Amino acid sequence: MKKRLPKEYRPQKLDEQIRTYRTIHEPQLMHEAKRAGVPTPMIFLVDVKNTTIIMEYIDGKQVKQLLSDISEAERQRLCFRIGQLIAKLHECGLIHGDLTTSNMIVGLEGRVFFVDFGLGDRSGQVEARGVDLHLMKRALESTHYQFAKTCFESVLAGYESVLGAGAAKSVLDKIREIERRGRYVAERKQEESSA
Amino acid sequence: MGIESTADDFSVGVSTFDGEILANAIDAYVPPEGGIHPREAARHHADVASKVLREAFTKSRIRPKSLSVLAFSQGPGLGPCLRTGATVARALSSYLGIPLVGVNHCIAHIEIGKLRAGAKDPVTLYVSGGNTMVVAFESGRYRVFGETLDIALGNCLDVFAREAGLRQKVGMPFGAVIEKLALGGKKLIPLPYSVKGMDVSLSGLLTASVALLKKGDCRLEDLCYSLQETAFSMVTEVTERALAHTGKKELLLTGGVAANRRLQSMIRAVAEEHGVRFETVETQFAVDNGAMIAWTGALAYTHGVVTPVEESFVRLRWRPEEVEVPWAE
Repeated sequence: MKKRLPKEYRPQKLDEQIRTYRTIHEPQLMHEAKRAGVPTPMIFLVDVKNTTIIMEYIDGKQVKQLLSDISEAERQRLCFRIGQLIAKLHECGLIHGDLTTSNMIVGLEGRVFFVDFGLGDRSGQVEARGVDLHLMKRALESTHYQFAKTCFESVLAGYESVLGAGAAKSVLDKIREIERRGRYVAERKQEESSA
Repeated sequence: MGIESTADDFSVGVSTFDGEILANAIDAYVPPEGGIHPREAARHHADVASKVLREAFTKSRIRPKSLSVLAFSQGPGLGPCLRTGATVARALSSYLGIPLVGVNHCIAHIEIGKLRAGAKDPVTLYVSGGNTMVVAFESGRYRVFGETLDIALGNCLDVFAREAGLRQKVGMPFGAVIEKLALGGKKLIPLPYSVKGMDVSLSGLLTASVALLKKGDCRLEDLCYSLQETAFSMVTEVTERALAHTGKKELLLTGGVAANRRLQSMIRAVAEEHGVRFETVETQFAVDNGAMIAWTGALAYTHGVVTPVEESFVRLRWRPEEVEVPWAE
């Protein structure tokens, strides 16, 4: 059961809007993700009034816990798979909105499930796809800094294997652009020093 | 001694190696109109440098010859402003024959916060005119868990205030003006709420707020209130996520916007809900200040960090993760 509890810090009206919106959208997006070929927990009940979703319990491990416990080869294989799943979402115009390794579960039979679509959206724009993958990159960098680089490369390779080199490149270019928009980034620094 | 000059403030602080702050002299540049023009602010810094230095020496009762290290804010920040501070620092260090230590501005905010609030290992929400980030220490470095994807929170409030024709003065910055107006707000106007993972995006919120302002259908008080509630809810949400993610036991709020009572109450509420300690910093140490540079310089120096003059060039986009932090465990 996933119940979105009121957040005391937000004004009640805003809090209710946000919780209701996410309670309605999350199961919709999860359902659409399934159709796109991305495993997500089965939805049993959506109780909008109580901002509660009852869904299948996935027995397995969070990718976050798993990533440092497995071999390098397994790690790269897992990241490649994650990249493929992200691509499948994007292919169907879905944006996860919170791609972190805490929101991915490897089930007992090795299937990778995506959860937590509360911040998700429907969009086919390169911008939205770029932000989504950029989040993945950032999550790897802050939590799995030891192997963030190779992991993200595998994610991208998996992404490319589904969407093709052209689409993957335009998203990759977008990620660079998003990073440059950020406040303190090496890319910009290089531009400054070469200018 | 620490010299801070990343943006609109020129400040000189003096700290002992035990963290006793002996002086923290600040002179803020208030532009006659518009935002901070880097060159104008740098000119201000050059004009007030000797006055602020003298003030720091007088207050601390430290003679120049008794100083052992000269720390300066090496980045991130506005180029001309940083260069002015760095020039003063280089000149003093070579004149006194003492080592230079280049300090990362964002890390200094965290370190002074830890010192003043007695925190050991917090999740820090650092919100100011130029920065919005959620940072925590992990394996030898301060890592950025969430940040703004575009403009800083303080910048968002400042631009809105200017668009609304509000005036700021010394001791009453735009943020405080908006906070005061927001107290008179009654109606929550729907504005874009944009949280992306642990990051926030504030530019759409600013654009929408300014558009409503220009349309003229909303009371300014309601707009200030709604802007604050929406923006603060966003940064509070990502802070809560970082807290849950890292499992740390302390939550530190710092930066210029930390002076806002409403933001304080939101962050405090999150801390209470998670059963962690809430900490914030007195305004003089939350805003850009020289004391934080002096203290962080002292920490770095005692752990073997010195910056040779030839490496003392300013770093406009220096991220906290790039800095090794041997003094924090």
